[in-house]
Amino acid sequence: MSDSSAAGHGQSSSPTGSDETPGSLTTADGTPLKVSLRRAESRARRKAFFLVLPLLAFLLITFAIPIGQMISRSVRNPEVADYLPKTAAAIQAWDGQEVPPEAVFAAMADDMKVGLENRTLGRAAARINREIPGARSTVLGTARDLDEMSPPYKEAFIAEDEDWENLEFWSLIKRETRTITPVYYLLAFDYEYSPQGEIVERPESYQVYRMLFLRTAWMSLLITSLCILLGYPIAHLLATLPLKSSNLLMILVLLPFWTSLLVRTSAWIVLLQQQGVLNDTLVWLGVIDDNNRIRMIYNQIGTIIAMTHILLPFMILPLYSVMKTIPPSYMRAARSLGATQLRAFVTVYMPLTIPGLAAGVLLVFILAIGYYITPALVGGDTGIFISNLIAQNMTGSTAQLRLAAALATILLLAVLVLYWAFNKLVGVDRLKFG
Amino acid sequence: MRTTAKSVSLAMAASVVALAAAQAQDKSLTIVSWGGAYTESQDKAYHQPFAEQTGTKILQEDKSAQALAGIRSQVEAGNVTWDVVDMLQADAKRACDEGLIMEIPADEWLAPGPNGEPASEDFIEGTLGDCFVPQILYATMFAYDTEAFPDGGPQTIADIWDTEKFPGTRALQNIPQKNLEWALIADGVSPDEVYDVLATQEGQDRAFEKLGEIRDNVIWWSEGAQPPQMLADGEATIATAYNGRIFNAQVNEDQPFEIMWDGQMFEVDGWVVPVDTGNEELIKEYLKFATDTQRLADQAKYISYAPARKSSVPLIGKHAELGIDMMPHMPTADGNFDNAVQFNTDFWADYGDSLEERFNAWLAQ
Repeated sequence: MSDSSAAGHGQSSSPTGSDETPGSLTTADGTPLKVSLRRAESRARRKAFFLVLPLLAFLLITFAIPIGQMISRSVRNPEVADYLPKTAAAIQAWDGQEVPPEAVFAAMADDMKVGLENRTLGRAAARINREIPGARSTVLGTARDLDEMSPPYKEAFIAEDEDWENLEFWSLIKRETRTITPVYYLLAFDYEYSPQGEIVERPESYQVYRMLFLRTAWMSLLITSLCILLGYPIAHLLATLPLKSSNLLMILVLLPFWTSLLVRTSAWIVLLQQQGVLNDTLVWLGVIDDNNRIRMIYNQIGTIIAMTHILLPFMILPLYSVMKTIPPSYMRAARSLGATQLRAFVTVYMPLTIPGLAAGVLLVFILAIGYYITPALVGGDTGIFISNLIAQNMTGSTAQLRLAAALATILLLAVLVLYWAFNKLVGVDRLKFG
Repeated sequence: MRTTAKSVSLAMAASVVALAAAQAQDKSLTIVSWGGAYTESQDKAYHQPFAEQTGTKILQEDKSAQALAGIRSQVEAGNVTWDVVDMLQADAKRACDEGLIMEIPADEWLAPGPNGEPASEDFIEGTLGDCFVPQILYATMFAYDTEAFPDGGPQTIADIWDTEKFPGTRALQNIPQKNLEWALIADGVSPDEVYDVLATQEGQDRAFEKLGEIRDNVIWWSEGAQPPQMLADGEATIATAYNGRIFNAQVNEDQPFEIMWDGQMFEVDGWVVPVDTGNEELIKEYLKFATDTQRLADQAKYISYAPARKSSVPLIGKHAELGIDMMPHMPTADGNFDNAVQFNTDFWADYGDSLEERFNAWLAQ
C-alpha cells in the first residue's frame, strides 16, 4: 500500500515536467528522463496494484458487500407492495376517515387469489401481524373462504370477520405500501408508529434496546477500566523484571491468550456456578450457608469477570511493548532532581505509556461492545449485551432479520464514531499496538 | 512467483472439482433435527434401516431450534441445502402459509395404515397439516430432583409457584410459549380458558406479573439437553423439560428425577420439506418409509414420545436395550394425560410476534 501512495505523489508533481526545454536530461535511447521515469513508476504502481488485488477483492466480497447488503436490508419493506400490489395501488386514494370503499376490498380479493396460488399471502400477513396481533388470522382466514364469497366484497369480508372494519388495519396497510421504511430504526430506539401514523415511544413493557445499548456501553467501560487496573501493574512488572522471570510471566499472560475462548468461558462457569468450586470452598470454610450459595454467574457479575479475564491480554501486550522502550534512567533522573517516587511516576513515566494505554483501551473497548459469545454463555438474563439481542432477532421462529440489520448498523456506526472521537482525542498515529 | 501462482490455481481447480464430485453423489439426504437422544432415536428407527435398504447416505444437522429462520434464509437466498426438516407444528404452519415448504398430499405420499385405511385417517385428528407430517406427540412439563424434596415434590402447577414450600431454583425455557400459560394456570385460570385470557391485554399483563413472582428463582434454558443437566448439576431443583429428555435421564443415567404430569402441555412434532430441494423423489421415498406404522412404533423403543399414528400405539413394546415397558412413560398414558393442556398453535401463530418481543424485553430488564 505504501508503494502505491508514494507513486501517487510522483504523479502529482509531474505536470511541471511536460514541457521539453532544450538541454533537458535524456536516457540512453533518447527519451526524456522524466517520461521514462514516469513510465517506470506507473509500471511499479500497476504491479503493486495487482499484488494487492486479491486482498481488495477478498475485502470487497467478504466485507464491503455484505455490510452494504445489511444496511440496505435494514430499511427495506417490500412485503405489502410486492404481495398485495393491487391493494397497494387502490388504497393510495383512501383518506383514512372511514372504512375504505369497495374498490379497495375488490383489489384485496384479487391479491388474495394470487397470493393463495403462489402461497405468498402468508408473507404479507406475517408482516401485518407483527404490528396488529391477530391480523394474520383475519387475512388468511378470509382468504381461505374466498371461494364461497361473491361481490360486493366489502360486505362479504366484514360479515366474515369484523376486523375488516378496523381503520387501524387499513392505515397500517397504507403505511406499509412504502418499500423503504424507517420503522426498524425506530424499533431499535424503542419508538414506533402510532395507529395515527405519528412516531411515539413504545409501551414500557416492550422497551429494551435503548437500555441494552446503554448497558453494553457502561459494562464495556467498566471492563476496560478493570483491564487497566489489573493490566497496568502486570505490564510494568513484565517490562522491568529480569529477563528470566519476565519470560515466565509472559508465558502466563500468553497461555490463556492462546487458549480457546469457549474453554476459558466454560472454565469460569465451572468455577463460579452455584455448585461450583468457589461456592463449594466458601461453604466448606463456613463463610456462607449451603442454602444461600452466592450467584456469581448467569448475571452481570459473570459477564464482567469472564470478559475482563478474556480481554486482559489485549491491554497488557500493547502496554508492555511501550513500557519496554522507556529507559529506566528517566525515572532515576527525575528522582535525582528531587521528585518523589509518586511524582516521578505521574509526571514522567505515565505520560510515556500513553500510546500503549490508549491502544489497549481502544482494543478492549471496541472488542467489548461487540462481544457475543461470553455474555451469551455466562450473562443469563441481566448480563447480556446488544449483540445477543441482534442474534436473537436473527434466529428463532419470529426472527426479524431487518431489525437485526438495523441494530447491527447502529452498532457499526457507534464503533466508527468512537474511533473518530478517539482519533481526535489521542491521535491514532500515536498508538502503539505491540 | 509464476510457479507458485500456477500451483495455487491448480490446487484451487482441484478443490473445485472435488467439491463438484462430492455434490454429484446424488443419493444423499440432509435431515435436520433436534439433536441428542431424540436424533438418536430417529437415527435408529428411521435413518439406519432406510440407508440399509436404499443405499442412501444420510447427513444429519442439529438445527431444528432455528428451523424456520434457517428455511426462510435458504429459500430467500435460493440455495436450499436441507431436504427434510423436523419442525414444530406451529412453525410448520407459518412456513406453509409463507410458501417456504412443500404441500404434502398425505394419502398420495404416505403409507396407508395396516388395514389399508388412508394415511389421513390413521394419524391422530388435527395433527396432519397441509405441509406437515407428524411423527410424535410429546409433552413439556415440570420435572424435579427427588433428592431435593425428601418429603415429596410439587404436585400441581400452583406448587411450582410456592417457593416457600418447595425452595430452590426453577429452570424454565427462555421463550414465552407455555411459561405464560402455566403462569395463568398458577394464578387460578382454568386450563380451558387460558388462551382466551392470554389474548387480552389484561390477561397478558397478569401472566407476566405472575411469572415475575418467581423470576428471582429462575434460570433460563434454551436447548432441550440443558434442563436434565441443570437438575443433575444441582443448579436447579425443578425444571421444565421435554418428557423424552427426562425419561432418558431416568433410565439411561439413573438420575433421581420425577415427572410432574399435572398441567403437561402437549403438541406434535413432525417432518416438513423445504421448496426447491431438487431431490423430491428420494424425499418422497424417505417420508413414506419413515412415517409408516412400524417405523413410528419403532421410535418409541428408544424414547418416550407417543407415535402420531393410531395404528402404531398397539405396537408400542419394551425399550430396545433396557427392556422396560414404554407405555407408562408416554404422555398419552392413562393417569399422565388427565390434566393435560393442548398447546394452541393457532394462538401462537397470531400472538407469537408481540408476546415474544415483550418477553425478550421483560427478560433483559
